[in-house]
Amino acid sequence: MRLLVSALAGALFGIGLLISGMADPSIVLGFFDVAGTWNPQLAFVIGGALAVMVPAWRLARMRREAWTGGPLPGPASTIIDTKLLGGSALFGVGWGLSGLCPAPSLVALGFGGAPFWAFAAAMCVGLLLPRLIASRRSATA
Amino acid sequence: MTATTLDAHLAKRYEPALVLACLEIVLDFGVAGGLAGGLLIGTGAGLLLIGNGRIAGASGIVRDFLGFAFDGAWLERAVFLAGLILAPLAYASIAGAPMLEAPFSAPVMALGGLLVGVGVAYANGCTSGHGVCGLSRFSTRSLAATVTFMATAAATVFLVRHVVGA
Repeated sequence: MRLLVSALAGALFGIGLLISGMADPSIVLGFFDVAGTWNPQLAFVIGGALAVMVPAWRLARMRREAWTGGPLPGPASTIIDTKLLGGSALFGVGWGLSGLCPAPSLVALGFGGAPFWAFAAAMCVGLLLPRLIASRRSATA
Repeated sequence: MTATTLDAHLAKRYEPALVLACLEIVLDFGVAGGLAGGLLIGTGAGLLLIGNGRIAGASGIVRDFLGFAFDGAWLERAVFLAGLILAPLAYASIAGAPMLEAPFSAPVMALGGLLVGVGVAYANGCTSGHGVCGLSRFSTRSLAATVTFMATAAATVFLVRHVVGA
């Protein structure tokens, strides 16, 4: 049952990303290009997603456990540190350069050529790097 | 109601120019696609939250999938990612979807991917985790992350398009 929920959630998320334009770098870069011909489409995407997720969190708080029986997420972390801000800043530079962020970049694999595969491969390496560096550090220390 | 009677009905009740102008805004700025897509994204994330008690953060899901974090949820991550990648292909085979154009060739896109990967790993979340799931629970940590990555993304686009590209 958990697998079914997961697959269905992924499918809805993916189709949403495709039709929202989030997987299309030209639309994403158009949204960030406030000094050029600004394309406001992503504002509606974020608005639509929050319109469902705000009530979803409210519903989650009223429940003791998830439908499939497991625990619901605990309270959110409140730590704002250099890791969070520095990491986010780097992420934004990559997003502004390529027009792709993690989930849409995977959706785009089916609709684009080699540049999209190069992005996704490098992103996967990047995702694992901080952990590799940390484990190497603790091994030599 | 047929198309012609609908036209006549609209023309009678509304200023035709106003209707056209509204329609143009909706089509030109992708309001319909953006809103419909956003609602679907929210529904997927909401289903994962209430159904499985999980946060739909793409970067964490991909990282723990690749890192083979066998904590009992690895298969859940695998089928989430399978749905995420395959469902749009199935949808496009019925509804159709244009091929996507990348702004740069493979080496620059790879640099972008590396920055995105390292960045979201340190920030512990991306547009889905901090943007959609974090903002909707009014997390100040996620708000700080979202404001930061939106600002540096806009600054990068400005540099690429209007400083370097000018």
